[in-house]
Amino acid sequence: MTTERPHLAVIGAGPAGLAATVAAASHGVRVTLVDAAPEAGGQFYRQPAAELRARRPEALHHQWRTWERLRDGLRTHVRAGLVRHLTDHHVWCVERRPGVGAHPGFTVHTLLGPEQQDPAEVRADAVLLATGGYEKVLPFPGWTLPGVVTAGGAQAMLKGTLTVSGRTAVVAGTGPLLLPVASGLAAAGVEVAALVESAAPKSFVRRTRALAVEPGKVAEGARYAAGLLRHRVRLLSGHTVIEAHGAERLEAVTVAALDPDGRVRPGTGRRIACDTLAVGHGMLPHTDLAETLGCRLDGPNVHADEEQRTDVPGVWAAGESTGIGGAALALAEGHIAGHSAAARLHGTEPDPNAWAAAGRTRTRLRAFFAALDDVYAPPAHWTEQITDDTVVCRCEEVTGGEIRAAVADLGAGDLRTVKLLTRAGMGWCQGRMCAPAVAGLTGCGSTASRRPFARPVPLGVLARAGEDDTV
Amino acid sequence: MSSPLDLADAQPGPAFTVTLDGREVPALPGQTVAAALWAAGITSWRTTRGAGRPRGIFCGIGVCFDCLVTVNGRPNQRACLVPLNPGDAIRTQEGTGHDD
Repeated sequence: MTTERPHLAVIGAGPAGLAATVAAASHGVRVTLVDAAPEAGGQFYRQPAAELRARRPEALHHQWRTWERLRDGLRTHVRAGLVRHLTDHHVWCVERRPGVGAHPGFTVHTLLGPEQQDPAEVRADAVLLATGGYEKVLPFPGWTLPGVVTAGGAQAMLKGTLTVSGRTAVVAGTGPLLLPVASGLAAAGVEVAALVESAAPKSFVRRTRALAVEPGKVAEGARYAAGLLRHRVRLLSGHTVIEAHGAERLEAVTVAALDPDGRVRPGTGRRIACDTLAVGHGMLPHTDLAETLGCRLDGPNVHADEEQRTDVPGVWAAGESTGIGGAALALAEGHIAGHSAAARLHGTEPDPNAWAAAGRTRTRLRAFFAALDDVYAPPAHWTEQITDDTVVCRCEEVTGGEIRAAVADLGAGDLRTVKLLTRAGMGWCQGRMCAPAVAGLTGCGSTASRRPFARPVPLGVLARAGEDDTV
Repeated sequence: MSSPLDLADAQPGPAFTVTLDGREVPALPGQTVAAALWAAGITSWRTTRGAGRPRGIFCGIGVCFDCLVTVNGRPNQRACLVPLNPGDAIRTQEGTGHDD
């Protein structure tokens, strides 16, 4: 490995980060791939722990051949000494270092996992953020009961640890993730009592033309649906979970039909016994690192140009962090970002023809997911399901009633004011779980949260961070 | 189809023992705290600071901090991230996990 090669730090080893790493390394850039997990793959290609010695991990996955290609590409470049893959490194901040040498550089601050007490720093000439996303869950009474998990969480536990939380599950919410989650649980021996999707079949018909740009994706959805029928999973579209029941853990849910306006139809509630509820209402991008770097956001997403550059020189972004669109879009964006970063780090203008195919895929998939976004939407009046005693902020145990009082009686009109008055969003997760719900109850938009650190940092680590930079 | 381990044809090494509040729980090599507890049918291992309500796994990917637990005397560990070793002592975490 020569020190003259430009050095790119890629953060996140999911589809976007892996595609970017392989593309950049193929063009002679030295890459450090920094990832929190013990194995590459991200959430989509989350691998079972190596010690579980799964001989058929592909049984839990889709597009396995794409994974094998990425994994082998990474291995080849690691062996050649062009890529260093840092596992169990939890990035808490990326810092721009102005005025060091001729070029500005970056310091990636990490904590070594799983304890996350000891720090490690990575210096690089440029940074590529492939930080992925996490799930949005809108509250309803009982959603804090043990046994209620996010749909993605149920899938992560299944893929990564080969465990499930019970024998009978209901999968509910809205979005394209619910189908694979229900299929995965059913294949793993869980009785899936119902798949409850708030979108009505009509809304798909309305968007037929937009969805038709991706016949492959539509067929994928149809395959999942057929698989669920085979497992005798009841599909309830135009329905929503209005309550989770149980004393110390989940025992049942009540599901009700929605009217065309997105309100629960009175008298339609039915109880379904289950010990697991996997629930999700879509995905949100992880943007903390980008925000601290000063990158512009477009709504909830990191802004990226045609080359996947953010508006901060030396910082690229790809995948879910620039807009939720699934693994195939993340691959295309990562590929483009890796190409662009490699060219620019070599001081040359990148040639867009080099990624023409990925560019077309990106255009097509963005259009497809924009259409999906219209189809999959939580019920229009979902805030009506949050009773005054429903806990909304899970960390600080702030209820819907307290948030409503802050808005109605104290005049709070934004997330920050509600937080100051009620502590909603002030706990361990820093509002990642409750922000959409608090925004809904407050009647304001989900503004950027400006979390200076992407995860809790020991004070000693914080005090010592960057000490070397003063030299 | 019976279990996720069968589905993925997992052939882990022999199980070992950890404890939850002193009670023995089996664990497989590679399992996290949350995985071993789920496999043993346990879904909560924390009570909240305010109402003392039970909590366990929610997001499963280290984002929500709902699955906090005390492992070998260290509170506030995320059960979904921490892998187990033979003899590990897991304790239900009450409130902040500190004696205050």
